[in-house]
Amino acid sequence: MSAQHPAHPHPPRRIGVVTESTPGETRVAATPATVRLLHGLGYETVVESGAGAAAGYGDEAYAQAGASIGEAWNADVVLKINAPSTEEIGRLRSGATLVSLISPAQRPELLEELAARGVTVLALDAVPRISRAQSMDVLSSMANIAGYRAVIEAAHVFGRFFTGQVTAAGKVPPAKVLVAGAGVAGLAAIGAASSLGAVVRATDPRPEVADQVKSLGGEYLAVNTAHETSTDGYARETTADYDRAAAELYHEQAREVDIVITTALIPGRPAPRLLTAADVAAMKPGSVIVDMAAAQGGNVEGTIAGRTVVTDNGVTVLGYTDLASRLPDQASQMFGTNVVNLLALITPGKDGRPALDFDDVVQRAVTVVRSGEVTWPPPPVAVSAAPQDAGPEEPTTAPPDTDRPRITPAARYGLIGLGMLATFLLVAFAPAQLAENFTVFALAVVIGYYVIGKVHHALHTPLMSVTNAISGIVVIGALVQIGHGNRLVTVLSFVAILLTSVNIFGGFAVTRRMLSMFSKG
Amino acid sequence: MTSMTVSRAADLVAALLFILSLAGLSQHRTSRAGVVYGIAGMALALSATVVAAADSISGGAIAAILLATAAGAVAGLWRARRVEMTQMPELIAVLHSFVGLAAVLVGWNSYLEVEANGDRTHVAAELLRIHHAEVFIGIFIGAVTFTGSLVAYLKLSGRIKSRPLVLPGKNALNLGALAAFVALTVWFTVSPNLPLMIAVTALALALGWHLVASIGGGDMPVVVSMLNSYSGWAAAAAGFLLDNNLLIVTGALVGSSGAYLSYIMCKAMNRSFLSVIAGGFGIEAAPAGGEEQRGHRETRAEEAAALLAGARSVVITPGYGMAVAQAQHPVAELTRRLRERGVEVRFGVHPVAGRLPGHMNVLLAEAKVPYDIVLEMDEINDDFADTSVVLVIGANDTVNPAAMDDPASPIAGMPVLRVWEADQVIVFKRSMASGYAGVQNPLFFRENSSMLFGDARQSVEEILHALDAHAASGPASTARQTTGAH
Repeated sequence: MSAQHPAHPHPPRRIGVVTESTPGETRVAATPATVRLLHGLGYETVVESGAGAAAGYGDEAYAQAGASIGEAWNADVVLKINAPSTEEIGRLRSGATLVSLISPAQRPELLEELAARGVTVLALDAVPRISRAQSMDVLSSMANIAGYRAVIEAAHVFGRFFTGQVTAAGKVPPAKVLVAGAGVAGLAAIGAASSLGAVVRATDPRPEVADQVKSLGGEYLAVNTAHETSTDGYARETTADYDRAAAELYHEQAREVDIVITTALIPGRPAPRLLTAADVAAMKPGSVIVDMAAAQGGNVEGTIAGRTVVTDNGVTVLGYTDLASRLPDQASQMFGTNVVNLLALITPGKDGRPALDFDDVVQRAVTVVRSGEVTWPPPPVAVSAAPQDAGPEEPTTAPPDTDRPRITPAARYGLIGLGMLATFLLVAFAPAQLAENFTVFALAVVIGYYVIGKVHHALHTPLMSVTNAISGIVVIGALVQIGHGNRLVTVLSFVAILLTSVNIFGGFAVTRRMLSMFSKG
Repeated sequence: MTSMTVSRAADLVAALLFILSLAGLSQHRTSRAGVVYGIAGMALALSATVVAAADSISGGAIAAILLATAAGAVAGLWRARRVEMTQMPELIAVLHSFVGLAAVLVGWNSYLEVEANGDRTHVAAELLRIHHAEVFIGIFIGAVTFTGSLVAYLKLSGRIKSRPLVLPGKNALNLGALAAFVALTVWFTVSPNLPLMIAVTALALALGWHLVASIGGGDMPVVVSMLNSYSGWAAAAAGFLLDNNLLIVTGALVGSSGAYLSYIMCKAMNRSFLSVIAGGFGIEAAPAGGEEQRGHRETRAEEAAALLAGARSVVITPGYGMAVAQAQHPVAELTRRLRERGVEVRFGVHPVAGRLPGHMNVLLAEAKVPYDIVLEMDEINDDFADTSVVLVIGANDTVNPAAMDDPASPIAGMPVLRVWEADQVIVFKRSMASGYAGVQNPLFFRENSSMLFGDARQSVEEILHALDAHAASGPASTARQTTGAH
């Protein structure tokens, strides 16, 4: 496997944006804004007529952005939201590249079908969960939107205020919201609900999210059991012990809260059951549950994907699976930006020629079919998005001088003693005048060292320029030498006085100028 | 009270004023008073010297002194007024070279007055040999300071390449020059003559040139502060030569304070102090091989603005690039704007950021950034983990995680700003080129880093525009995204 593979012998240059066929899908895989960015990567774009209509982007808007309107399925790279149908796969050109959501783990037959067509497929839902790939992670960006929308949908069905009020007409208590799962969607829901004024609580098997919950205005409810730390950035299946404690917590909360939003998903598995029918039955009439995991079977017993269910005790269970599509404009914009970021990664030259690099974990992971060959699943990736293991703390500063031999105390005393002796001998044997000079010199050196011992770092430059001005004192040498008969000495002294004057005046003036700039806020 | 005691008293008072000046300069509160003390000390010392000398010299000489002083003052004040704060390192380097040259001239004068005159001299016979040696030492230190500062000036002003000069056996050359100097000094004390004077001057000039030429541009902060120290020692040597205590005291003050400053710098860069004094310590900075080029993420001004608008706290770590791009004013404006929005903005300044110790502080002060939000590395390093966005503006080696992670890196062990601990890092850079040390920076490939390519000044201005647009369209939920995605 060499470092750079051209994906095709004839590099594609045209990107097609197609209309979604899935019923209820309002998003589009590229907006006029992202089309412009695609042009910046060297591509041409063609948009199927009406592709962005449901998201509020007319054909003219795309045309204005520089895209042509027309048949998009035969383009070199096809951008799409949802996985293609069999009929749509037939419309793909052999050798083309498809970029869309695929669910490769759940749909092996789809991969086979695509491979048979001889195309390359980049699955947007296979972006590894590492921070570097975050800019391409549509699951995160869509979850963010969906979490917000879940709160809005709940508020819509919920017959009461979210925020507590004391009015002339009486007191209104705030709504209590429980968010199960503090992933991207859960955090977005927590933020949205608390900004509406509700009292928000959140649960998550990963204790490390507590701070994130708090930062968005929620209260983290810990499940009292042994800790577990996520290592791959996703929640894992929980232990039986944990499940028992969690079930108790949910049961208790169900009786208390007005709104429950569940977001618990485990990649490649059915959604975990968090609320049983009994829990739902224990809720107050008029309460609302939004089950964001409905498409994967639901976190709540009795959820029906895509439907609204009202239980016997008057609890509404929303099983919407199109929450992100209910904000089509921004969902398309974010999806489109994720796609652009992915294409930027595989178009390093910005020349409109995609080049897949299988040595890059992100590119390797998203490529589920390459030139008619299924490449799913990718080799396991050492994922690093997880919170750092709170294991042995790395030393945060460089170890001090470990490679240099340390001076032992004895050696230090020896050295100092030697230095003192040398100084003693030097002065003792020197003529009186030199001895006096040495005394002055040695004491001044020590004073110089101590006087600036605590210098503030910000003042290094002014200090340097002032010492520079002061060292212009050497002018005194020239001053006592000038004008004693020797013409050459006088000339040289003149030059020395001139130079040091520049130094003295310039040094002090520039120091004053600098210091006048320092001001406190 | 004789003229002798007056002169002595003036010397002592001037020396005390200089000490007060240096002490004052170490704190913001007292810094302005420090300059006043320094000026007073200098004025006192000079006038006392001139008055004392006036008895014995001609009116023409007095006129010459006044003329030279006036001309120097005009030139100095003019430069001080005009100099851009970004060019401060060059100015200081060139001023150091003046001190060095003056010390050389004083040394030569002393030779011409004493040694060249044979027996007709005022120096006592028993001190004559010592005087010979002092002449040599004075000239040697002065000349090294002179050419060293000159090279530093040329490098800093970009007139010569800042890449370190690598001569074969450069350490042997330096040691050889020192040995030759000792030998010449011994010879000179036995038989002082003109060729020896010329030889030692040339030797020292060459050594000064070589010392600084073999130091890379990235290590210039230490070099400038080292030359500052040398210029002090040069003055002290002149003091020994002329038996002038004021010169000795002042020179020693400047010399030891400069050396201590260099020592602080060295500690900040994890360099050995001795190897700095010896020169050419940046040599081993060969580009780290085998560093594979990984992907970096690019960002745009609008995205950066959105990120900043939603941030809770922002730390800006400036480097020399900010000075080059003259970006300090837009950066200050950005700071002001963000603070108005309630974002906590602070600056993290690495001790060796820029080309002069404290260079960044001066630039930021010029742009009216309040100094109490400009923090040192040690003050801010633990706060990065709690910071939403770090803007790295024109800094490279000072934020390089390789210094901590990669023992093989040439900058290994150098304390750095741990910017990568923040949620997001935006690196303002012209291109992916490596920093002065020639070391690849893994920060750029970190998962939470993004690159904003282009001229730093322009980029910051674009962010300011984008922030305006952002404010007009109402705050978006960008803050959510950054916290929610992990």
